[in-house]
Amino acid sequence: MNKILLVARREFLSRVQKKTFLLTTIGLPLIIFAFYAAMIYFQVKSTDNYKVAVADYSNIFNGKIGSNNDELSFEFLKADTSLLKTKLEAKEFDAFLVVPATFSLDGKDSLFFRSAKAMGLMTREKIQTRVNKALEEKRLLSLNVSKAQLDSLDNQKELIKFSSASGKEENNTKVGISYAVGMISGFLIYIILFIYGTMVMRGVMEEKVSRIAEVIISSVKPFQLMMGKITGIGAVGLIQFLIWIVLVFGLQFLLPFIFPGLMDQMHGQPIQPAGMQAAQAVKNSGMMGELASGLSQVNFPLITGCFIFYFLGGYFLYSSLFAAVGSAVNEDPQDAQSLLFPIMMPIIFAMVIMTKAVNDPNSSLAIFGSIFPFTSPIVMMARIAHGIPDGVTYFQLISSMVLLVLGFLATTWLAGKVYRVGILMYGKKPTWKEMIKWAFRKS
Amino acid sequence: MNKILELKNLKKYYATQKAVEDMSFSINQGSIFGLLGPNGAGKTTLLRMITGIFFPDSGQIIFDGKEFDPLNDIVKIGYMPEERGLYKKMKIGEQALYLAQLKGLSRSEAMQKIKFWFNRLEMDSWWNKKVEDLSKGMSQKLQFVTTVLHEPKLIILDEPFSGLDPLNANLIKDEIYGLAQRGSTIIFSTHRMEQVEEICDHIILMNLGQKVLDGTVSDVKQQFKENKFSIKLKEIPASVNGSCFDIADQKANALTVKIKEGFGSNDVLQYFLQQNLTIESFNEILPSLNDIFIHLVEGTRAKTRAFQSSEA
Repeated sequence: MNKILLVARREFLSRVQKKTFLLTTIGLPLIIFAFYAAMIYFQVKSTDNYKVAVADYSNIFNGKIGSNNDELSFEFLKADTSLLKTKLEAKEFDAFLVVPATFSLDGKDSLFFRSAKAMGLMTREKIQTRVNKALEEKRLLSLNVSKAQLDSLDNQKELIKFSSASGKEENNTKVGISYAVGMISGFLIYIILFIYGTMVMRGVMEEKVSRIAEVIISSVKPFQLMMGKITGIGAVGLIQFLIWIVLVFGLQFLLPFIFPGLMDQMHGQPIQPAGMQAAQAVKNSGMMGELASGLSQVNFPLITGCFIFYFLGGYFLYSSLFAAVGSAVNEDPQDAQSLLFPIMMPIIFAMVIMTKAVNDPNSSLAIFGSIFPFTSPIVMMARIAHGIPDGVTYFQLISSMVLLVLGFLATTWLAGKVYRVGILMYGKKPTWKEMIKWAFRKS
Repeated sequence: MNKILELKNLKKYYATQKAVEDMSFSINQGSIFGLLGPNGAGKTTLLRMITGIFFPDSGQIIFDGKEFDPLNDIVKIGYMPEERGLYKKMKIGEQALYLAQLKGLSRSEAMQKIKFWFNRLEMDSWWNKKVEDLSKGMSQKLQFVTTVLHEPKLIILDEPFSGLDPLNANLIKDEIYGLAQRGSTIIFSTHRMEQVEEICDHIILMNLGQKVLDGTVSDVKQQFKENKFSIKLKEIPASVNGSCFDIADQKANALTVKIKEGFGSNDVLQYFLQQNLTIESFNEILPSLNDIFIHLVEGTRAKTRAFQSSEA
């Protein structure tokens, strides 16, 4: 046991002390953050105030098209086309619109916006939306729909509601959040299995190539060496993820301090970090209430607990297999590719089931995938996000966990036997048949 | 004398061949023991069984008076395998510390011993270097230090001098003598017969998994001597024709004679004295281990096996 810890310590330190670790662990989120910040900054900055002059001869807009904001404003003035043109050239505004006195609301007449420079796509869209909305309102009013009726139309947001048989109401936000949480956590585990699995494999190959394997296993048992390596690299992965999470959240809350006043400008921006979004949602209390109720229905402690369990279980299950492959191949990384294929298949398969399971957590495929130990770490995350018992029953969850533990014990035991033989083998690449023979032979 | 290691009928079979077949021998404590054999004789398999890497199919290993228990006895053994290496990216000091800790030393104990050995082999300034910056000879030295650092009772060295220049080889050789004097037993596996002759007290020759030869170096030489003597005379005789010997070779005034059965070396001397020839030197020619090795192994179709058979 002590030796496993010694090996794990070396594996951990030798990776954490490397410059590349610092670079990827701390540098990567910083770069992403900087990129993010720059993107937001330029997006906010680049939206100049676009002014449109409107000469409304038929007084169809009543001197108002929506509410003016920083991006787009309409100014009403009485002037003829030639005067507007000279003012346009003098850059008093960016575009103008003349509504002729003969303009009718029956939809046959068109409105012509004239601009000095070509109008950007975004600006066009904004103008279209604003003008169309204003026109629509006018048309409806002209059909004797009262203003109050019009407002009541807008307020009927949730006409259709869904609930479970037990009467617990589920709004769309909750389902959306469950979907997102399931997708993200399943995908993270998928990434973890690949990144750290290959890291284990490369570590084993390195030991073989540098011929240190035999030196080490004259001091420790091959199984201890393998477990030490897996534990050490698992710890690296855990630390890396924790740092990433802390950095990503920390930096997002820092954003408003780095760009003071950004918050006000941010209004209505489609791309926002989560922290900003949450802060903004507070202003928009109706939306916030919904979000909060959705979030409160998602059982985060359960999901976090399960995530850690399936992260570790999946990692241990697969990393020992990766270690076995690493021990079997020699210098040529090409050899590893063909041996890796059967190991990567179930991971990719699990990913496919997971994308189905987030939509329909109780389909038979999802149930199978979440219990079968080779796919359960990924698939179960998708189901668990929908909660208990809506997404998954306690019985299924417990049997999945038990099977995962049994599965990881079995793969570690078998992989340990392959590893023991493989680590001392030089020469030709073994076939799968040979490796299976090693795994099931009595020691 | 105490026996540090005793092997009794040790066997290890692979699917296609017998790697070690019925091997028995014992090693005295403090001796330097040579394990010889052609490539593929089963030496590595044998050594791996002694170091607990492989389990024998049958037979018994008695280590230090007790049944060999790989889990606990492993710390009393230092093994430098033929296929050896170090972590290339790791600093030398840390590497030595790590390997010593794996052998069960505490951190402070290990540090103390590393300092002692680094000082002794003039490696002090290497501490913060990485293995990839070392020459092959230097990393061999480091490998040797990491093998003997924990002062094991049994030290197993597989081709310890490969890659070392004569100066460093002598340095290591002296350390091997020193370790033996301080009570460590050394098993020394090599193909380099001149080194064996120089260093080892006792040898074993294996071929095709079996023991072919077992004894002290001088015993083995006596066993394989051909009763040849070299005699150097002051002047070249006109003709040499004794009844007790045949001339095997003649180079100017130096003769090599092979004594016939039933006669001794004194009979030869007597003949030359009677001829009134002045004898400058007279000595027995013993076969070199190299000759014995070739004599025994040649023709036994010792086909070279792969370093490690596909079945282990």
